[in-house]
Amino acid sequence: MAYSGPSVFGAFDMVVWQLLALAVAAMALPVAVPWLGFVITVAIGKGLAALGVAMLLRGGLISIGHALYVAVGAYATAFLMLSVGMNELFLLLVCTTAITMASGLVIGAFMARYRAIFFAMLNLAISMVFFTLLSKLYNLTGGSDGMRVATPTVLGVTLDRTKFDLVLQFSAVALMVVVALLIDRYLKSPLGEALTAIHANEVRLEYLGVSARGVILAVYTISAALAGLGGAITAVAIGHVVPELSYWTASGQLVLIAVLGGISGVPGAFIGAFFFELVRTFAADFVPDAWNAIVGVALLIVIFFLPQGLYGLLQRVKMRKARL
Amino acid sequence: MFANYVPVIVDGLVDAALIFFVAVGLTLVFSVARVLNVAHGSFYALGAYLSVVIGMWLTGHGWIVASLAALLLSPILIAVALGPLIERTLLRWTYGRPEALQILVTFGLFLVLEDMQKLIFGVEPYSQDTAVQLFGVSHISGIVYPNYQLLLIVLAIMVGIGLRLMLRQTRIGKLIAAVVADQEMAQTIGIDVSRIFVLAFTLGVLLAALGGALASPMIGVAPGLGAEAIVLAFAVAAIGGLGQIEGAALAAILVGLTRASAIYWAPEFQPVVPYLVMVAVLLVRPYGLFGSVGLRRI
Repeated sequence: MAYSGPSVFGAFDMVVWQLLALAVAAMALPVAVPWLGFVITVAIGKGLAALGVAMLLRGGLISIGHALYVAVGAYATAFLMLSVGMNELFLLLVCTTAITMASGLVIGAFMARYRAIFFAMLNLAISMVFFTLLSKLYNLTGGSDGMRVATPTVLGVTLDRTKFDLVLQFSAVALMVVVALLIDRYLKSPLGEALTAIHANEVRLEYLGVSARGVILAVYTISAALAGLGGAITAVAIGHVVPELSYWTASGQLVLIAVLGGISGVPGAFIGAFFFELVRTFAADFVPDAWNAIVGVALLIVIFFLPQGLYGLLQRVKMRKARL
Repeated sequence: MFANYVPVIVDGLVDAALIFFVAVGLTLVFSVARVLNVAHGSFYALGAYLSVVIGMWLTGHGWIVASLAALLLSPILIAVALGPLIERTLLRWTYGRPEALQILVTFGLFLVLEDMQKLIFGVEPYSQDTAVQLFGVSHISGIVYPNYQLLLIVLAIMVGIGLRLMLRQTRIGKLIAAVVADQEMAQTIGIDVSRIFVLAFTLGVLLAALGGALASPMIGVAPGLGAEAIVLAFAVAAIGGLGQIEGAALAAILVGLTRASAIYWAPEFQPVVPYLVMVAVLLVRPYGLFGSVGLRRI
């Protein structure tokens, strides 16, 4: 334990503390205002999906179709409960994540060939195909009415809705911390660093003997799994899934959340998601027809003045303090 | 035999005409400014709303024929009011920046415009079909068609040819083409590139708003119109090849005809058709049917 240089662990520890602070806030807020518990759960669902989008953005890839995987996750959860009869919350989350991961792997195999605008457009196209199928295959998916998702059991125990919401909120917060730490490790691994290198100079990366397509396929699959997990959480939290989950504006929202929060660190996506959901909740009360505009203006302000997002702003404040 | 296909072809061409206006505007802006404008559909929606509102006001005052003018006047108003303003402020900032940033900035603009539209025009659906009624109907092989729809096809062809002629024959069109071909070189020989950008973007806005205005007598105008229009325009522009005017025209016809066929033979799959074609084309030819590899900037 003598080593104490500018270690990976130094940075690692900082992310741990940031995530724990976020988790404490996510737990404490609903204690003060009980109905915020639901908002927090949904925000974490969005944050997980936005984290996937943020990872792609690190590689310079923008997907305006990632809500596809949120919808795949949400509908997979609904079908697992309805058709397979799977009723256990944690089993549902695991299976749904596996299913979306598999779909991300298959679609990602095609996506890995594309960059820039073509990547964005192909993602958009596939998500819109899925959206229209969800809304038109009435017999299978309930069409635009969507599907109901019953309250699952937790470790075999049937809970009433209030207790279930609380358990779900705690589980979501725990998942957020664990998943974010795993992704943080991944991003700091050679495979994760290669991702940033694709953005910087793809050709040079290939000359180093690293397959850019392999790197992109890996990150795409992981990001799909994250979005799927987020979709599953959203599905059980809301108790209802609708085709709009995969509409292109939902995908746009995920990119917005990722950039609002900042893509330079994993907590960014969740900071963005909390900010987004809180603004939406409060704005919906006061200015129901203008909350999109508020979020849109916030996005433009962040892009113009805080290129590192809200997370970057926190980092900057901290660095300034450290210097003083 | 052939008569059986006439309804499909006419419906398909009407559909194609409506999509063409939006898609060609999108593709024009992309070819000049190299920005994929996510807010493009909002101009379509604003064009539809404004022409319906002006049209309703005029019909309400008894100027029924004058309400036709609203269909042409409102796109011009929107283009003049929003085109230069947005290009000079937001869009200009995104030039030469990463695609992700360009898409995001225009997405932010889309959110703002979408709510502006809700605040100005409310969330109740409008419908105003004076134009369709004014033109009456004609019979093609025993089927009744509103003349307005046939007029749309003619208008779309005229706009398509007009754009092509403008870009090939007129001074301003050649200046635009020069900027598309090589912006730096164009600047070097003294072309006011920044003016061309404003002009091209405003023209794009005009085309989108015109598409919305012309569609408004045939559809219910309600929130969500812009979001729908832009994905369809993306699909058509991507199929044709971004930045290709002829490509957009042919892709619009392709999408229009396949959508119309789907309505006749498998109606529930009609909305999925454009996106399926888009996926198929992007997988085989990422640069679109008419695009070329050179379009990709490195």
